[in-house]
Amino acid sequence: MPELSSAAPKVAASTVSKVALRSVALTYLFFLLVLPLLLICWRTFDHGLTPVWTALSSASALHAFKVTVIVAVLAVALNTVFGVGVAILLVRHDFPGKRVLNAFIDLPLAVSPVVVGLALVLVYGNTTALGGWFSDHGFPIIFSIPGMVLATVFVSLPLIVRAVAPVLAEVGVEQEQAAWTLGASPWAAFRRITLPAIRWALAYGMVLALARSLGEYGAVAVVSGRLVDQTQTLTLFVEERYQNFDQAAAYAASFALAFLAVVILLLIKFLRPKDSA
Amino acid sequence: MAIDAAHVTKRFGDFVALDDVSVDIPTGALTALLGPSGGGKSTLLRIIAGLEQADSGTITIEGEEATRLSPQRRNVGFVFQHYAAFKHMTVYRNVAFGLEIRKVPKDKIRRRVTELLELVHLDAMAHRYPAQLSGGQRQRMALARALAVEPKVLLLDEPFGALDAQVRKELRTWLRRLHDEVHVTTVFVTHDQEEAMEVADSIVVLANGRVEQSGRPDELYERPANDFVMSFLGPVTTLGGELVRPHDLEVLVQPAQDTVPATVLRVVRLGFEVRVEVLLDGVETWAQVTRTTAARLGLQSGSTVYVRPERVSADSDSLVASA
Repeated sequence: MPELSSAAPKVAASTVSKVALRSVALTYLFFLLVLPLLLICWRTFDHGLTPVWTALSSASALHAFKVTVIVAVLAVALNTVFGVGVAILLVRHDFPGKRVLNAFIDLPLAVSPVVVGLALVLVYGNTTALGGWFSDHGFPIIFSIPGMVLATVFVSLPLIVRAVAPVLAEVGVEQEQAAWTLGASPWAAFRRITLPAIRWALAYGMVLALARSLGEYGAVAVVSGRLVDQTQTLTLFVEERYQNFDQAAAYAASFALAFLAVVILLLIKFLRPKDSA
Repeated sequence: MAIDAAHVTKRFGDFVALDDVSVDIPTGALTALLGPSGGGKSTLLRIIAGLEQADSGTITIEGEEATRLSPQRRNVGFVFQHYAAFKHMTVYRNVAFGLEIRKVPKDKIRRRVTELLELVHLDAMAHRYPAQLSGGQRQRMALARALAVEPKVLLLDEPFGALDAQVRKELRTWLRRLHDEVHVTTVFVTHDQEEAMEVADSIVVLANGRVEQSGRPDELYERPANDFVMSFLGPVTTLGGELVRPHDLEVLVQPAQDTVPATVLRVVRLGFEVRVEVLLDGVETWAQVTRTTAARLGLQSGSTVYVRPERVSADSDSLVASA
């Protein structure tokens, strides 16, 4: 029975390699992800709930919360409109420059957020022609919310396009065309047929974009000017508190950000298998 | 004429899909656009519906110039090969869609949709979603949806193309009966000559972007305008370099007037009909005879037979041939 005897060590070998592979992956994840997060939790609640609550309910922290939410919500809203529009353009239409546009959509993933921030300052800074004009009309962009929204829109630009485009391609044009022949205007066909068809992919993209927007640091750090109680987001608040040796506040805010991220992650898990997988 | 397409030309890049095509579709009839894939028939249908724009030429629907009208304003019903069912809506809502868009009162919509669902035998499925239906049921739903808005013309693009053979046959008979009930001018695209012959009142044969011939099914079959139409509409074989229908070949065991000798290569029995493959002047060809004839002639491979074209002008002949 040479076949059996040769088969047995093979099975054993594959079990060993499986266990080894699993241990490596788990150890890697533990040191990279789990341990730091656990430490943040531990440090946050080291002295009980009261200091956490005090740190998070301080005027500066609450303001940072508010700014973060305003910037993230506006950025996601803008990216939703833009993302669906561009996805339709890329999937449904042929035009010169389509490949270039398609490549440009992914640019924000490649360019460092700090560079994005600097670039925005160069264009919209209060001393430049464009930025000066806006600033003269009572609508300053840099060191203010609009600039932060711009920076956040830029860094989370591809997420919704890339979530929606494949589903849009898969759905095809026939349902829309059927709606047209039944008398639906292009807008009615979009609202009643296309939008419901892509809704889960869109929701998935929006949640991803929200997560990215809440956690954005580099680009926002440059364009916001880090003005405490004015343009300080939660990520900037963490950094500023940490630099000023207010570790309790830094850890508490970090925990809040991490907690938000986990909630969003669960949301993504929940949305993903529907039809965008 | 319900639809008048005049001098329609359409190019996709270098490919000429339609080359100066003119077609008249009579009111109330069921017309088939028949032809091989890539022949331009679907393109013509989509141009009639307004889903494509012709490069040149005009489309008139029920006397109204429609060349530049949007699909929304042409009042045509369109049925797609792959159903184009609105997946997130129930069967009921699918059928009601066109009426809801037109802001028809709710109770009127309910009456009309119920009526249509009965017509297409889907009244029991009203609250299901398209994913819960079979292909044939989805296509019947699509048809009800198109009929709901009382279109001037109904256009069907390979409506049975995605269904399996059995359902296809059922649905085509059903479509014929439906048309006899509803009487809406209907145009359907197909590449299946049997389907066109069985269902349509008239057939337009389109190939390589041109109309090869149009007319009643029997006209096209009996008097094809050219070899292409002849070979597309039914089986053909050659006799002395000419195209003939295999069932129009008479096979005899004795020489007679106009007969040509041939050697039997093989006798294939296909149920009722028997396919006699012969070598004639060094060319392989075949004749179709009935089982009875084959038995009477005692055909065997290697035997010599005498073949001549059967006269099909008189009705009695064709009766004998099919008896």
